[in-house]
Amino acid sequence: MPDPSSFIPARGPQIRPVQIQARSWGWRHAGRQNQAVSGLDLEIEPGERVLLLGASGAGKSTLVHALAGVLGDAEDGDETGSLLIDGRRAAEARGRVGLVLQDPDSQVVLARVGDDVAFGCENLAVPRSEIWPRVRRALAQVGLALPLDHPTSSLSGGQKQRLALAGVLAMQPGLLLLDEPTANLDPRGVLEVRDAVVRSLDRSGATLVVIEHRVEVWQDVVDRVIVLDPAGGVLADGATDEILASHGERLAQAGVWVPALPPRFPARHPIGSGQTLLRAEGLAVGRVPFGRRAASVVAAGITLSVAAGTATVVTGPNGAGKSTLALTLAGLLKPAGGSLRACENFAAGAAPEPHRWRSTQLLTRIGTVFQDPELQFLAATVRDDLLIGPRALRLSVAEQTNRVDELMRRLRLDHLADANPFTLSGGEKRRMSVATVLATRPRLLILDEPTFGQDSRTWQELVTLLAELLDEGTALVAVTHDAAFVSALADEEYRLGTPDPIRLESGAR
Amino acid sequence: MSLLTPMIRPSVVARLNPVAKLAVALTVSCALLLSIDWVSAGVALLLEALLLLWCGLSARQFWLRTAPVWIAAPMAAITTILYGEDSGALLWHLGFISVTDGSAQLGLAIGLRVLAIGLPGIVLLATTDPTDLADGLAQVLRLPARFVLGGLAGLRLVGMFIEDWHSLTLARRARGVGDGGGLRGAARRFFGPAFSLLVISVRRGSKLATAMEARGFGSDTPRTWARPSRVRGADAVLVGIGFGIAGIAIGVAVWAETWSFILA
Repeated sequence: MPDPSSFIPARGPQIRPVQIQARSWGWRHAGRQNQAVSGLDLEIEPGERVLLLGASGAGKSTLVHALAGVLGDAEDGDETGSLLIDGRRAAEARGRVGLVLQDPDSQVVLARVGDDVAFGCENLAVPRSEIWPRVRRALAQVGLALPLDHPTSSLSGGQKQRLALAGVLAMQPGLLLLDEPTANLDPRGVLEVRDAVVRSLDRSGATLVVIEHRVEVWQDVVDRVIVLDPAGGVLADGATDEILASHGERLAQAGVWVPALPPRFPARHPIGSGQTLLRAEGLAVGRVPFGRRAASVVAAGITLSVAAGTATVVTGPNGAGKSTLALTLAGLLKPAGGSLRACENFAAGAAPEPHRWRSTQLLTRIGTVFQDPELQFLAATVRDDLLIGPRALRLSVAEQTNRVDELMRRLRLDHLADANPFTLSGGEKRRMSVATVLATRPRLLILDEPTFGQDSRTWQELVTLLAELLDEGTALVAVTHDAAFVSALADEEYRLGTPDPIRLESGAR
Repeated sequence: MSLLTPMIRPSVVARLNPVAKLAVALTVSCALLLSIDWVSAGVALLLEALLLLWCGLSARQFWLRTAPVWIAAPMAAITTILYGEDSGALLWHLGFISVTDGSAQLGLAIGLRVLAIGLPGIVLLATTDPTDLADGLAQVLRLPARFVLGGLAGLRLVGMFIEDWHSLTLARRARGVGDGGGLRGAARRFFGPAFSLLVISVRRGSKLATAMEARGFGSDTPRTWARPSRVRGADAVLVGIGFGIAGIAIGVAVWAETWSFILA
């Protein structure tokens, strides 16, 4: 018996996969000097599944946005050549193309699951009687077994991405475009989304173009890899295995996670058993909800100690309270129960409870790198931002400059000294957020998902830097889902909550 | 429960079309704003009180939601009684403060008015889902879809402000600018994150706009609506009740000769 969700409605056309053709196509964003894409010649046949690779800045996102028709008009940039979808301009191919983006939070449009999936159909003027069957089918395809009036705000990241996918599938597009749809997800979420995409493609036969620098996720799904050249045009194009074999090295250097060429783990030179800095006993952590007085506890009974020169990783499923634990250890949230005490030598004159420390007292003791680097940016240029910590410590001007210059060199930020932190690329933002923390030389470093969504080059640099810091005697606590990060650095692992049943094999092993 | 998906108990009022509810709230408010006298406000409040029994809110919900009005009304009344324009017999006097027949009546009229306008407004809104309201505005009142749905989607971002604000405050503490600096420091600690919040929101908003555009939103071709918003008999009855309350309140006030048209 056929699966009811694979049933194609009698009314309305069957999905026709899309054909793509680019003829010396190029795009320059308004107000930019350099072309985002130039001289692109490309043909993608109906039903092909393509993985789009390239160094950061090669124009992958620009191409995908153009195919989705959301790049804008002459006001937003200059177009050269032609980019055609089934022989028509991309902007006119409304409804033939569906796009899923990276950030789960900024793709939810409406408050209820069913309404959100229906949104695209409504815009395409699909008759009401046909919308709801489509919505149910799309939700079944992505495996979201939720009531139609379920609030979208209570979904996890992976669920939100599958919801976005369902909203696109309900429009029955002939071309599915995915722009790093799993970069912000934990390993379980990554698999959920990928499997949902594969299921839907097997049914619809639509053309697929996906951008993703973690090749292993899509390797077995796609049948062709196209590598864009930052200098313009196509660098390599062909069957997945061939391209990975012939261009693997070059791709890996450009930051692509090539499964056969994982980043090297740095050598560690442990200083031996370090002094204990922080001790948690029966610690309960939680946040105080808006308008309430008491914290709602997300994790309790945590007993651990943090020692100089050792890396402790906190792992566990989503919602287990990992980030809340990190913020509590960092002295930013008050413990909801139990005790968290800094050892006398670490407190060095301050109160034993880190949450009672003054903001400037934290600077030399605990540095926190947030999951979202943008939260930490305070000044209009990279240099000014890095100077904030040293200034708050009232260091001499010479010392301030020394430290900041050295850090910018070490983290390859010197050419960006006058850039606005918000305009940096993802990898640069991550390096910058680590630099802001290191500028005050804290003895304990707390990092929340430091390698999330990073390319292999940034990953390598970050892990090497952290290994050096550990060897110098800095203590490290990192919340992470990244198995390679754990293998590379962890001296101790603290698991929160029930074990995660699915683990993605990470490239590095 | 959240801003956009409030827990609404199934009830007669909850099933009514939001546009009809909006019409009632506006009718009663406009009628009561035409005069400042205690009779019209009192009559309207009395009639509303009878209807509020069927409003579909639990007692706890009712008092919680309407608490601001119950606080504002006596405050407005007392302020007017103490400092309002004096006329008629002097009842009480202390320094600047004088209570007269006229100011007492005015205070009563204003207090009752705040209640008579505020209570139905809050109760009708508390039983309305924002999505349903948007559907009604676009389908019944034919307001432009781009405007209505854009606003609805933007409302969701507002819900994320509180969380962002909290994270920004923590991040500032981690960076050494979380305390100290006296009054200037306190001002910096408010405006700093406020600016960051603005930047983050604008960026998120533009991403959301792209996601909406990618799903075919914002073109000039007509769209369909998955959820029909219909005006039924019950909605007409509700609007009729609204006009009734307004009419009776004005009528009684005119009959009692307390009606004083503010524009006259």
